Amino acid sequence: MGASARPRLGVFKFASCDGCQLTLLDCEDDLLAVAERVEIADFREASSAVLEGPFDLALVEGSITTPAELARIAEIRAQSKTLVTIGACATAGGIQALRNFGDVREFARVVYARPEFIQTLATSTPIRDHVPVDFELRGCPIDKGQLLEVISAFLGGRAPNVPTESVCIECKRRGHVCVVVAHGTPCLGPVTQSGCGAICPGFHRGCYGCFGPQDTPNTGALVPKLSELGMDPSAVMRVFRTFNALAPAFRAAGDAAEKESSP
Amino acid sequence: MSGRSSGPGPGPSAASSVERPALGSRHVLERTEFPSLLRSLRTAGYRTVGPTIRDGAIVYGEIRQESDLPIGWTDRQEAGRYRLEQRADAALFGYNVGPHSWKKYLFPSRERLFTAVRDGRSFVVQPEPVDPTPLAFLGVRACELAALGVSDRVFGKAGDPSYAERRTRTLRIAVQCGQAGATCFCVSMKTGPAVTGGHDLSLTEVLHEGRHYFLVEVGSESGARILDGVPLRPATEDEFRSAVASVGRAAASMGRTMDTNGLRDLLVLNPENPRWEIVARRCLSCTNCTMACPTCFCQTTEEVPDLSAEKSERWRRWDSCFNSGFTAVHGTSVRSTTQSRYRQWLTHKLGTWYDQFGESGCVGCGRCITWCPVGIDLTEEVAAVRTAPGDAPGGRVAP
Repeated sequence: MGASARPRLGVFKFASCDGCQLTLLDCEDDLLAVAERVEIADFREASSAVLEGPFDLALVEGSITTPAELARIAEIRAQSKTLVTIGACATAGGIQALRNFGDVREFARVVYARPEFIQTLATSTPIRDHVPVDFELRGCPIDKGQLLEVISAFLGGRAPNVPTESVCIECKRRGHVCVVVAHGTPCLGPVTQSGCGAICPGFHRGCYGCFGPQDTPNTGALVPKLSELGMDPSAVMRVFRTFNALAPAFRAAGDAAEKESSP
Repeated sequence: MSGRSSGPGPGPSAASSVERPALGSRHVLERTEFPSLLRSLRTAGYRTVGPTIRDGAIVYGEIRQESDLPIGWTDRQEAGRYRLEQRADAALFGYNVGPHSWKKYLFPSRERLFTAVRDGRSFVVQPEPVDPTPLAFLGVRACELAALGVSDRVFGKAGDPSYAERRTRTLRIAVQCGQAGATCFCVSMKTGPAVTGGHDLSLTEVLHEGRHYFLVEVGSESGARILDGVPLRPATEDEFRSAVASVGRAAASMGRTMDTNGLRDLLVLNPENPRWEIVARRCLSCTNCTMACPTCFCQTTEEVPDLSAEKSERWRRWDSCFNSGFTAVHGTSVRSTTQSRYRQWLTHKLGTWYDQFGESGCVGCGRCITWCPVGIDLTEEVAAVRTAPGDAPGGRVAP
């Protein structure tokens, strides 16, 4: 096989649902092509055969929520030439970052019979807050095509082609009818990064912002439109505090709406 | 497929359709005979595309039978708002333009240009064939004919092969508007609502005193050929006058106006006008205006290599001057602010398009107004730049 000649891939999980790793398994035929080009050294969702580091490419899913994870991400970074974070948890703290807006000890007390056994941090934070990250691939979950592009770019020694434009441009390229203009449906598409293929508007739903903010997100201009379409400030706050609540633009919009909702 | 047999059967009107109508001649097609036009297009080998209802809007799609058309529907448009409504009559073309434009057929939103396949130390380029099926555009409005003309000049100047190939196989059946939408301003841009050229056939739908018919005007030999086997009779003076009156009503009810006097110079001399900053506060930089625009042609090309690095595809996609990546040079966007992007778009569309192509890039269809999620209205922006205390006259770019 000449395994040693191939770059070594590691896929690692932190606080997450595994959905982004599953996207790699979901590549099916392309996964075979990936397996031919790289040596899958550590990918526990796929195989219990685990090899030691170092790794040429590490794909990291999940956010940092415990002291043990803090130590482990530092170790993975030290063993990896290129580290790419995948998904909303790893790039923006994920849905579990909603704890950052509450009291984590209170949550633990309500949920667990013996909260003193729970060792957790007060916050859920993206990987880049703790170690240098070479590329962040957004999405909840990530898009299969974009993941293959990132791997392909790594293998080719080039920058990945992952546009940071709005969801609207994907909607229009696909010929979808705008749900805001034609249906009066609130939608985060204009402030959200593309990559999902405009799935929700394609099914007459507003965008939920799964891929986080686009590169020039004018949330200040969109929020009055959301209000006009019937969302009160607490609804606006909630829509910005989902999978990418810690992404700076969404965080600011959510915080502003919270201020407005609590008199 | 045997050509003539699928046309209309022999009848009282069939005899009159044997002689091919002359260019510029005017005829009447009764509403009840409209399906014969669709049949004739099919017989001639055309794939007919035109207005049809999907997802709460009138978009462009396949027209296989007349029931695919939005019969009895109209649209109500305002800045940032579009709704379908039932009409009191059963008009076939009783609405204005929707979110789609014909550009999607000539300049697809995603298109593979070629595939490069490794061949030893070199590579072989496999060209991408263009679908050879001729297209009939049914229901092209005057502003859209103007937009197609603008696109022909843009892509023609660029020598774009796939656009040219598709364009030569396209038949244009125009429909003169009998009403104007609230965001329409073709009168200001001098592109409509009357059809004055660029069409193969032009239809005017007339619902008048209990009658329902189409005035058919012949614009080209290809158009005349389609009328073979379509039951027509010469239009009377009254029928012609009713059609003209209907277009006159559309012209008189434009929802928007734009003063185009000296517009190019106004915009070019106002790069620092305070209005750009004001509009940027509202602008989402989401690209909807440019995607809906029938003349916006910005595009990006990208290489898509496969994982084995044995082949690479070149694709082009619709792009927009509202994307930061559009002006990325060495990883940095030249137009990093929304202010600079909106100014670029409007100044190019209404101003420097003249320098580049000798005409305005705007045809007054109003799509960018209707399909802006927050309802930014370029006619309002132009009026504001005119009145705002800007850099004109002279301006800072004068030297």
